[in-house]
Amino acid sequence: MIQVAGLSQTFKARTGTVEALRNINLEIANGEFLAVIGRSGCGKSTLLRLIAGLLRPSVGGVLLAGEQVTRPRRDVAMVFQRPALLPWRTVLDNVLLPIEIFRLKRSEHQDHAMRLLAMTGLTAFANRLPHELSGGMQQRVSLCRALIQRPKVMLMDEPFSALDALTREELAVELQRIHMELGTTVVFVTHSIQEAVLLADRVAVLSARPGRLRRLVDVDIPRPRSFGHNAHLEQVATVSAELHQLLLHNDEPQQHTPEPRPPRTRTRRGVLT
Amino acid sequence: MLAIAIWWLATEAFDVDPFFLPGPPDVVDAFGRLPGYLLRETWVTLLETLIGFGIAAAGGLVIAVVLAASRTVERMTLPLIAGINAVPKVALAPLLLVWIGFGSQPKIVMVVLLCFFPIMISTMAGVTSTPSDLGELAHSLSASWWQTFLKVRLPWALPQVFVGLKVATSLAIIGAIIGEVIQPDRGLGSVVVSSGQSADTPLAFAALTLLAVMGATLFYLVAALERMLVPWAKAVSS
Repeated sequence: MIQVAGLSQTFKARTGTVEALRNINLEIANGEFLAVIGRSGCGKSTLLRLIAGLLRPSVGGVLLAGEQVTRPRRDVAMVFQRPALLPWRTVLDNVLLPIEIFRLKRSEHQDHAMRLLAMTGLTAFANRLPHELSGGMQQRVSLCRALIQRPKVMLMDEPFSALDALTREELAVELQRIHMELGTTVVFVTHSIQEAVLLADRVAVLSARPGRLRRLVDVDIPRPRSFGHNAHLEQVATVSAELHQLLLHNDEPQQHTPEPRPPRTRTRRGVLT
Repeated sequence: MLAIAIWWLATEAFDVDPFFLPGPPDVVDAFGRLPGYLLRETWVTLLETLIGFGIAAAGGLVIAVVLAASRTVERMTLPLIAGINAVPKVALAPLLLVWIGFGSQPKIVMVVLLCFFPIMISTMAGVTSTPSDLGELAHSLSASWWQTFLKVRLPWALPQVFVGLKVATSLAIIGAIIGEVIQPDRGLGSVVVSSGQSADTPLAFAALTLLAVMGATLFYLVAALERMLVPWAKAVSS
């Protein structure tokens, strides 16, 4: 279980401090698929990096299975927006990269890697270099690379947003299958309502700058779900509409705080807040 | 080929005195007169060039890695290295004579002085240009500095390293010749000097031709090595 407690994050930029996240509280159950949705710049990637231990929170903290997260863990895998494959390594070698970094025996994990490649339909490409693959295939490779760690938690940062629409849907359906098969906990950052409704058990909607948890929306649609043909079209429409509303009418007026102006000269502490 | 034809045509058409610009037949003739001598001196220059190039490549790579690893060291030493590089190397040649004396060594030092900087700078640029997503990937896997360096940053830098090495091949030959012209005791540089003194322009041209061939060969050898080691580089840059 992941517990996010009172998490806030401010960055010091050259033009002053930027508040990225404010007081996020969340509990994510084991095996749950949580989508985090919000407009660009709302701090969803920051939230993911905080859970991953890539960033240190300014206030609050993240507990993973009862342990404070202070740095990246081996049972947590990340999938980035871009595939981030090493161009000089074959597909198979790219998938086995975490194994090498963890100083485990390559030979013991080779079969596992091949099974993962088979699961994502990449068996024939195991010995190709990344640039010989399409964008969708490259992202599949990076998914395999995350799965080879046998992670308890997968953190995905808009993993399909750089792909074309069709490939995106294809991969989303595939991810759903993998999630159902392996039961990994997934935190999935996206700005696509469609993806969120297809994949998530719950959707966390973040408001823009500073990112606050606006609402947690349950998606009670039985799996496997699919785009288009669906026995639960009405439910899908309802949830999608709700998410749309939440994203479009972002801030309640009374909570609206003006964006901090980048101070040209040094302002005294407390003047801006 | 076309260049040689134009050269030949020009010397024939304008009836240029071989003392000013010898035509290709005069140059070939000069080869024929002293083949043993020319080959021996070519060998001397080639050895100086290769040894100096090797030392500069090894040194440039190591120093670049050290500088890229530590910002403090970089801030401390890079101004010094850049300053040394800015000194005209020709002006150093007489000093090298005083410090090291005659023979091949001062020429090798000259080659190293000329080649080192471009190799180091391009390697540094390569090692520090790792894309942020690859860096973040390594971080998320808790890779150590050394692992990140060996598995990600160094391979990523190789295409840039080769840019530096290719630039350095021609500089290596220039370095060897500077050394030999200033201290004309041996090598193709001394052939150019002595043929100038004896007004044997065709011989000087023969020596220059040999240098050009040597330079082109070195360049393409390095290029071939690059194709072997980083076949993926073209695909990434396009």
